Amino acid sequence: MGVGSFFTGKLDEAIGWARKYSIFQYPFVTACCGMEYMATACSHYDVDRFGAGLPRFSPRQADVLFVVGTISHKMAPVLKRIYDQMTEPKWVVAFGVCTCTGGFYDNYATVQGIDTIIPVDVYIPGCPPRPESVLDGLMKLQDKIAVQAQRF
Amino acid sequence: MAETTTRAFMLGEGSGTGSGQNLQVGVGPAHPAMHGIIRINAELDGEVIRKADVEIGYLHRAFEKDCEVGGYNNAIPYTDRLNYVSPLINNFAYASAVEKLLGIEVTERCKFIRTAMSEISRVCDHLTCVGASAMELGAFTVFLYMIKAREFLWELVEDVTGARLTISYGRVGGVKADLPEGFAAKVGQAFKETREVLDEVHRLLTGNRIFMDRMVGVGRLSREETLGYAITGPMLRAVGVGYDVRRAHPHWAYDRVEFEVPTQKDGDNYARYLVRMAEMEQSMRIAEQALAQMPGGPINVDFEGRPLDPGAYVDQGKQGKTEGLLLVPIRLSPNLQGQNRAALHAVNTPDKRVTLPPKETAYGSIEGLMNHFMLIMEGYGIRPPQGEAYFASEGANGELGFYVVSDGSDRPYRVRCRPPCLPPVAALHRMIEGEMIGDLIPTFGSVNMIGGELDR
Amino acid sequence: MRGEEILQRLRDRFAGAVVETHDHRGDHTAIVDRGALMEVLRWCRDEAELRFDVLMDLTAVDYLKYSGREDGPRFEVVYHLFSVGYNHRLRVKVRVDEDDAQVPTAVDLWPIANWFEREVWDMFGVRFAGHPDPRRLLMYEEFVGHALRKDYPINRRQPLIGPAH
Repeated sequence: MGVGSFFTGKLDEAIGWARKYSIFQYPFVTACCGMEYMATACSHYDVDRFGAGLPRFSPRQADVLFVVGTISHKMAPVLKRIYDQMTEPKWVVAFGVCTCTGGFYDNYATVQGIDTIIPVDVYIPGCPPRPESVLDGLMKLQDKIAVQAQRF
Repeated sequence: MAETTTRAFMLGEGSGTGSGQNLQVGVGPAHPAMHGIIRINAELDGEVIRKADVEIGYLHRAFEKDCEVGGYNNAIPYTDRLNYVSPLINNFAYASAVEKLLGIEVTERCKFIRTAMSEISRVCDHLTCVGASAMELGAFTVFLYMIKAREFLWELVEDVTGARLTISYGRVGGVKADLPEGFAAKVGQAFKETREVLDEVHRLLTGNRIFMDRMVGVGRLSREETLGYAITGPMLRAVGVGYDVRRAHPHWAYDRVEFEVPTQKDGDNYARYLVRMAEMEQSMRIAEQALAQMPGGPINVDFEGRPLDPGAYVDQGKQGKTEGLLLVPIRLSPNLQGQNRAALHAVNTPDKRVTLPPKETAYGSIEGLMNHFMLIMEGYGIRPPQGEAYFASEGANGELGFYVVSDGSDRPYRVRCRPPCLPPVAALHRMIEGEMIGDLIPTFGSVNMIGGELDR
Repeated sequence: MRGEEILQRLRDRFAGAVVETHDHRGDHTAIVDRGALMEVLRWCRDEAELRFDVLMDLTAVDYLKYSGREDGPRFEVVYHLFSVGYNHRLRVKVRVDEDDAQVPTAVDLWPIANWFEREVWDMFGVRFAGHPDPRRLLMYEEFVGHALRKDYPINRRQPLIGPAH
């Protein structure tokens, strides 16, 4: 205890602050939710003001994996591979109810929630979620990122 | 060494010695050209694509199987998510296919509403398509402008249906609810903004040297191949065949509005872009005409005259004084289902086998209650006679057909969606073989593949 | 040309092969024998006054649970033909049994049949003799069974990774 942990605590906060306001997302867009993702990313419901405006289309360069839209069983191995290719620290946002629980596609082709395959940090339900919901989810993600303890 | 042309030298053509040396590149399924998930296994010889194999099915969500599980109206939310950028067209096309199977006609007002809303949806689709393909070529501003215009149109859709994207607005026998007050004025305002955006985009893209260099002469498909691959819609009109389902088989109110069917000659990506831009203007024309010609709230039911206050209605009913309560217009604010009963009858066919009675009738009379029961309970519901019907409508990508087979029960036996974007994707390998790998992006963008519709 | 005329021409030309024609809800339909199917389709495409140059749709229906047809042939392969020049349509159907679910391929007539037939094979298990590339279209190769058949339960998942439920 003492002065040492005060400094690492402050450092954690600073790193958390920097990380949460510079989110590089990998938008793994599959279906209809992609349209609302585009709407959120564009001028009306600008996501750039949260610092999350630059999508990186390579998993190596991204830190948040936005899984947008239904994941079918044919697509699931691809999703897992993309997640594995991302470097730490990484977070996953399940955008849309199809990624949270499978949505109303309870059939032979759809994964019933991507948390059966990869760990998820924030669930944004909705079919598709309104951009305001997405921004709310993004802010929750930012809160989560900010309090994350760093291990040195 | 053989003579090499400059093009061959620059592209590295011939550097491979055949299939064994060519580079296999898998484009997709997760790739930045944000149109959907598809895999293109391209065999590259230098920069030139020698063979391409397109793999689809990454968004297969069992639409056709899911439709067989519930009633006929239960399939409407699934149809929303087929072509999710123009969901209204899918709803109405499916509802029309079932209505054809039942042999019923919808009301005039409903036809005009369907026409106007379909055209608004079509403009949204073309905005998304042109915007996204422009973004992939580097014109990010155009994308932002077009999505801004799309937001205005989505506000209109939200006013009418309650949702922006997956609206479930159509019903078998009509639509969910009538248009709100002052809708035509809002449409006028939104179209004014959209026309300004289209004007700006024209100035930014149509004569733009870079855009033309990348799109002209690229992704060309001949007329015979286009027909052989059953391609319809803007891609067919870009080769000079003026086939448009709205003209060839007029349905809803398309025979009562004036519009042109724009065509081009070249069949390359630039021609498709021009066709789509021209179609947006024509769609706005159609929507404005449809709203102007909308038959005013016609009342298909006979009313006995005096409107009643709802409290008094309920009190009278409770006291058993039910004579004269059956067909009485109620002054409701807000009413039991958020819509004026007169308006509901204006947009739903009066056929009892299909349309739910308004709540006042369901609560206020035995016939209404029985009608409601027969439509809602399992095993009852909309039961078309045994048979099959195919209904074609003009989706944003071409002919969107629904083939519905009924076995007489309350669940559809088979619902087949004829996807308008499957033929262009099937022909994609013909469009890109012999082109450079960089030409794949604008070609794929101009095909406007929508995953929900392609894979169903 | 009007639909009844098309059906009449078809009946005159292929008298033995046409099992049934009807005109339910305005859709002119002809059910033909499998043996004559290729000839019928080729004639529809090439005949001067028909010119069905577009194969609008090719699909199948599984009649296993259809009340009244449980004992008949299980599958029906449906071809929707359209002529851009004459603006007329025709539906051609052919019935096949479950044990012998095979139909000749239409790839030589219309190139789009390639993908439509792959989808029918994927979803129903109906083979197309002579098809150059009989792979599944929508499902993955490891999938066992044919999904749109009536005896395939809707939520029998076969995940490649992850749990089934």
